[in-house]
Amino acid sequence: MAHVPTNAAALRAQFGPHLNLAPPGGWDAEPAPDKLVSTHCCFCGQQCGIKLKVAGNKVVGFEPWEDFPFNKGKLCPKGVKRYLQGSHPDRLTQALGRTDAGFEPLAWDAAMERTVAGIQAVQATYGKDAFAMLSGVSLTNEKSYLAGKFARLALGTRNLDYNGRLCMVSAGAGNKKAFGVDRAANAWADIELADVIWVSGANVAECAPITTDYIWRARDRGAKLIVVDPRITPLARTADLALPLKPGTDAALTNGILHLLDKWGLVDRDFVRDHTNGFEAALEAARDCTPEWTASVTGLPVAAIERAARMWGEARTSFLLHARGIEHQSKGVENVNSCINIVLATGRIGRPGCGYATITGQGNGQGGREHGHKCDQLPGNRDIENPEHRRHICDVWGCTDEELPGKGLSAQEIMEEIHEGRIKGLLCLCFNPLVSLPDSTYTREALEKLEFFVSLDFFLSETAQHADVVLPSALHEEDEGTTTTAEGRVVRIRKAVDPPGDARTDWEIFVELARRLGRGRFFDHFTSPEAIFQELRRASSGGTADYGGITYAKIERQMGVFWPCPTEDHPGTPRLFEGGTFFHPDGRAKFIPTPYRPPMEVVDADYPVWLTTGRVVFHYLSGTQTRRIGFLVQQCPHPYVEIHPRMAEARGIKDGDAVEVTTRRGTLVLPAKVVATIRPDTVFIPYHWGGDLGANRLTARHLDPVSRIPEFKVSACRLTPTTPDRLPPELLELRRMAAAAALLPERVM
Amino acid sequence: MVSEEYGFFIDPQRCIGCRSCVAACAECGTHRGHSMIHLDELDRSASTQTGPTVCMHCEDPVCAMSCPADAIKRTEDGVVHASQKPRCVACGNCEMSCPFGVPLVLPGLEQMLKCDLCYDRSSVGLKPMCATVCPSQALLFAPRHEVAAMRGSRPLREFQVGELLVRTRNAVMVPDPETPLHLDAALLLDGGF
Repeated sequence: MAHVPTNAAALRAQFGPHLNLAPPGGWDAEPAPDKLVSTHCCFCGQQCGIKLKVAGNKVVGFEPWEDFPFNKGKLCPKGVKRYLQGSHPDRLTQALGRTDAGFEPLAWDAAMERTVAGIQAVQATYGKDAFAMLSGVSLTNEKSYLAGKFARLALGTRNLDYNGRLCMVSAGAGNKKAFGVDRAANAWADIELADVIWVSGANVAECAPITTDYIWRARDRGAKLIVVDPRITPLARTADLALPLKPGTDAALTNGILHLLDKWGLVDRDFVRDHTNGFEAALEAARDCTPEWTASVTGLPVAAIERAARMWGEARTSFLLHARGIEHQSKGVENVNSCINIVLATGRIGRPGCGYATITGQGNGQGGREHGHKCDQLPGNRDIENPEHRRHICDVWGCTDEELPGKGLSAQEIMEEIHEGRIKGLLCLCFNPLVSLPDSTYTREALEKLEFFVSLDFFLSETAQHADVVLPSALHEEDEGTTTTAEGRVVRIRKAVDPPGDARTDWEIFVELARRLGRGRFFDHFTSPEAIFQELRRASSGGTADYGGITYAKIERQMGVFWPCPTEDHPGTPRLFEGGTFFHPDGRAKFIPTPYRPPMEVVDADYPVWLTTGRVVFHYLSGTQTRRIGFLVQQCPHPYVEIHPRMAEARGIKDGDAVEVTTRRGTLVLPAKVVATIRPDTVFIPYHWGGDLGANRLTARHLDPVSRIPEFKVSACRLTPTTPDRLPPELLELRRMAAAAALLPERVM
Repeated sequence: MVSEEYGFFIDPQRCIGCRSCVAACAECGTHRGHSMIHLDELDRSASTQTGPTVCMHCEDPVCAMSCPADAIKRTEDGVVHASQKPRCVACGNCEMSCPFGVPLVLPGLEQMLKCDLCYDRSSVGLKPMCATVCPSQALLFAPRHEVAAMRGSRPLREFQVGELLVRTRNAVMVPDPETPLHLDAALLLDGGF
């Protein structure tokens, strides 16, 4: 059974997280680089270009890649310090098998045998679908594609899903409904040309830092900026209009805007008539959304709502951006569509300076969600339940329709089936559900029920600690491949160094496992990432996410290729929807009515405070990588709870005090950060940690009915001041580590 | 030589507090592991405003004036360099006299180090490292004539420090007074709290 070995201290001593503070050999060794490898950062969907300095098969530093057109050398601190994850003392370099006392090294062959035996035992007893697979979209397109094929044809399970379920699925579903395609409508260059920029639920400065400069360059031209967020984020600080609305009320605001656009005659009637369907129904859903009603729901002043509608409605060009703030809700898809409705109503899309995009969060959050990595999807963003789509993929894969499983469960539902005892085995890679899924106490109970669990990881994550077998996998800089950026630009990931010890690339592990499972005939031809990409091209060809005309050489020649790119002589498509042509069969976009409904959990007498969660600029997702990089941990060693001074005062809480935060799922004790930059009825906790520091101890398993995304952004909680001795030992240990690193003789990085 | 045409502009309004500049500065080959940039939260309880400080490269450097060992040199291109190792006596006069709080005498190193505008980069036509990586371009290295047209904020290169008027090579950008500044979220809401 998948219990964590009991000796937590020994586990931490062996596997970390430890802090890597200096490059290989220390700061005084400055080996002359053997080569500079032009690749991309692994830490978010912007996929900034970066050159890695390599000496002696180790990444020893970086150089800005100023010629790469997206970021022109710019990098956030995660990008600057990402090279420190390579030669890290916590790296897994051997396969591991769990014992009662901890983990023991396993020879590669023994680990593979144990894995295959574990999979076969579960499937022989409980059926194919009782073995599930969870994967992630920090993987390249090649690995994402292969993950989909491996689950369906090697494991034969329908239950494959991915951590994009916690990231991009609301935006994807909303975009498909409205536009018939799931991709940013524009390259970011159009942001600079916009006269009004609307940002909803996106902490751009911290989660997509380079995008800040695109917005400022528009502002340098005189563009106006509207930021909608319960907190005054660094970007909102100087916005022309900051709208700190109540968590979970986003569609109320955008419905209110649609209402005013119509009332004030600011709808582009010609565009709506010629290029869209469904306007009247969407407007009807917003009929009662007067400024007064909108104000009563969102908690914003009427004048601010009217000003936003005026600024948005009267703009000549505009760009709307949103992210997880509106998407991580039980009505995430509706929030997305309500935003798209105010874009379509103005007709400002598909032209220079007129655009719309979700800001993809994960490294390959775009490409990883296109090629069959999801429980309901096949490559090219095809539908696993569509007979024609299935036929195309069966032809490419050389399998029969009977061999290709149908639609499976989404990530959270897989965890619930594990908890219910219906799914008994799990293969997990590139995903740390114990930190990143909501209600982590429940997730832990589920993992402990698994009969066989194999994890592929480069560090021993909180989730991997539950595994029976851990296979050491490769980092981003240890393999070739492609990713697709938030803009929809396919870029090349280059191998800088070899994986250490027994560590292997995920695709090599998949191919070997497939062979050992007797399914080698579908995988034997994958001798390189490029061979996988060649099949991906054919599989995606004719789908909406069409990579048919993209080659590695063309990506390098053009510094990236925007899909759709159906043929080799096609240059790619930086801007979608030109001429008002959308991807639905009739070429028209769809307004989707989005009547407002409250979040699944609302504040009440027992839990009177709104709780929302999010990221900080120094960490990436569940922190498996960034919590091991010294500089980043020093800047933000542990979580905290942001509280407005008025709420703090009312409860007798001072800055730095220990505070108990309790929801219906559990309690955390964290230090208070008393800041005026948050609504006085709302608190915020960053979510990058696990265990007693995990914000997801508090969040709920409420899902959007369409996208199945959890409602991370809205919970109800109560706050109680407590004594400092209640702060978790883990937190104090992190604080001590960060302080000790800062005191190292003058070299603090 | 660094082209006189190129100026360094510090625009705190754009600063997002990410410390990418601090992180990248420490990667420099001439002072590996030491960052020459200070980045301060002004008052986090009130605002997310942060302020990056790099050397302003004074025309008549106060640090050099106060140096008893004549260890601090300014090249013709206006760049004020870190102390010369053989001369520096680590007395700390420069630390105390600098009106911007830039030079550092690091314990154990016994030498004053400071930003030299990444001379190894800027003297061969590259941008300083911090201005290259800065995600919001709050740190900008660009031709002076372009900046006026490029930005709504205005470069300031003269600072009255007590009785001393300090003129600098680098500029601090003064925000356009039209740009709003939001501090307290409660003030953006209608009563109720």
